[in-house]
Amino acid sequence: MAWWLPAQASTFAGSIDKGFLAILIITGITFVLVEVGLIVFVIRYRARPGRKAHYTHGSTPAEVIWTAIPAVTMVILGIASNGLWVKIKGRSSVPAGAYTIGVHAKQFEWWFTYPGPDGKLGRVKQSLIDKTSNPTGLDPDDPASKDDIVVRNQLHVPTGHPVVLYLSAEDVIHSFYVPQFRVRQDAVPGLEIRVWFEATVPGNYELGCSMLCGMGHYKMRAQVFAHTQADFDTWAADRAAKAKGEGTS
Amino acid sequence: MRRFGAVAAVGAGLVVLALAVARHPAGAASDGATVTGKVKLVGKAPANPAIDMGEEPKCKGKYTTGPVDPAVLAKNGMLANVFVYVKTGLPADAKYPAPSTPVEIDQNGCLYHPRVFGIMVGQGLSIKNSDGVLHNIKALGKKNRPFNISQPTNMVTQRPGFTVTEVMLPFECNVHGWMHAFAGVQPHPFFATTGEDGSFALKGLPPGTYTIEAWHEKFGVQTATVTVKAGETKASDFTFTAK
Repeated sequence: MAWWLPAQASTFAGSIDKGFLAILIITGITFVLVEVGLIVFVIRYRARPGRKAHYTHGSTPAEVIWTAIPAVTMVILGIASNGLWVKIKGRSSVPAGAYTIGVHAKQFEWWFTYPGPDGKLGRVKQSLIDKTSNPTGLDPDDPASKDDIVVRNQLHVPTGHPVVLYLSAEDVIHSFYVPQFRVRQDAVPGLEIRVWFEATVPGNYELGCSMLCGMGHYKMRAQVFAHTQADFDTWAADRAAKAKGEGTS
Repeated sequence: MRRFGAVAAVGAGLVVLALAVARHPAGAASDGATVTGKVKLVGKAPANPAIDMGEEPKCKGKYTTGPVDPAVLAKNGMLANVFVYVKTGLPADAKYPAPSTPVEIDQNGCLYHPRVFGIMVGQGLSIKNSDGVLHNIKALGKKNRPFNISQPTNMVTQRPGFTVTEVMLPFECNVHGWMHAFAGVQPHPFFATTGEDGSFALKGLPPGTYTIEAWHEKFGVQTATVTVKAGETKASDFTFTAK
């Protein structure tokens, strides 16, 4: 792990960092070569008395080479990272038994819906959103929604267990990003987008919106609590008991 | 002669204006009737949910005990923050000029003050941020044009107010989801919000029969019909039931 990167706290983090470092090294070397070449050419071919500039068409072989090398590099990187991409974003990538959490993004808050004791998330409808009593639009006619727990700006997840998030957005595009998990996914109005991860290190992290979404974008942050499984179960049971009495908070 | 004519014209104009004002008094009549009352709550008031203001230390520091969402304020069986207003009964062609003083809504301690208030059509709205943290006040009018204003620090923003009657017009803060307020926009000045003792008074009413409506954000609306004569004071209580 590079010391200057955020701590790795998910199963993806190591592989993502390897890909990031590989791309950084390749682009870094290319950057240095291009800049050094630029400086050398600027000095070597600077204006001098007695030297007259002349037009040149250039070199076709040179152009083919400097086009082909990046293209081939891109294809190699794409093939090399495809397995990881499919593992994270593939249609069938979510492990069976993943813990499900609904994530509703709006200017400038995150609302999380946790399944209650029944383990099922209730149906949501944007048309049912009520700012004071139903911020995520849970459908009261769906039996699965009766015991759901709605929490503002607090994401609680167990470690050592896959978690799948169902992202929705109320107004504009937002982006779910927890640096330590190396997970980023846009939340788009009108779409339900799925993303999953598995936290590995218990601790407190920060979720930020990584898509400029308005004046209060910088305030759109939530706390992320990665618990041990036992602590998570205790928290969920406690919240379920409280939810019976006080509704959302 | 020309001077006399000008004076006569101005005088005649004033007389016409006075007659018009007498027919449709501008604002509450001084010898008008009054409807007073109390709003009661029967049953156990639901607990107001606690608010976690940990993300805003400046707001949290303004409370000695944990802040709660003040949706239901009931004390000794009396219900506060009920908007009571004359719904029908006023002359259809009556015009009531809006006061020149704006209504102020203050964001203090990451809550709105007042939470429930009345405002006349055309009356200005002064929006104050006393917290020094970002607030983003959003008026979600369905009949009136919505607006959305960010106030990143201590400041006051003046708004021209609203153009049509609307009961109720909700406000929310996009940054602090627990912040809610409600405005009753009325074309006349006969409205009030109940205080801690649940009382209200609608003063200066012309004689007539009125439908009075009481609105509460959790318990809905109730109506009563009241007939008043000139200078008379009548009581009309409302009772909401907590389920």
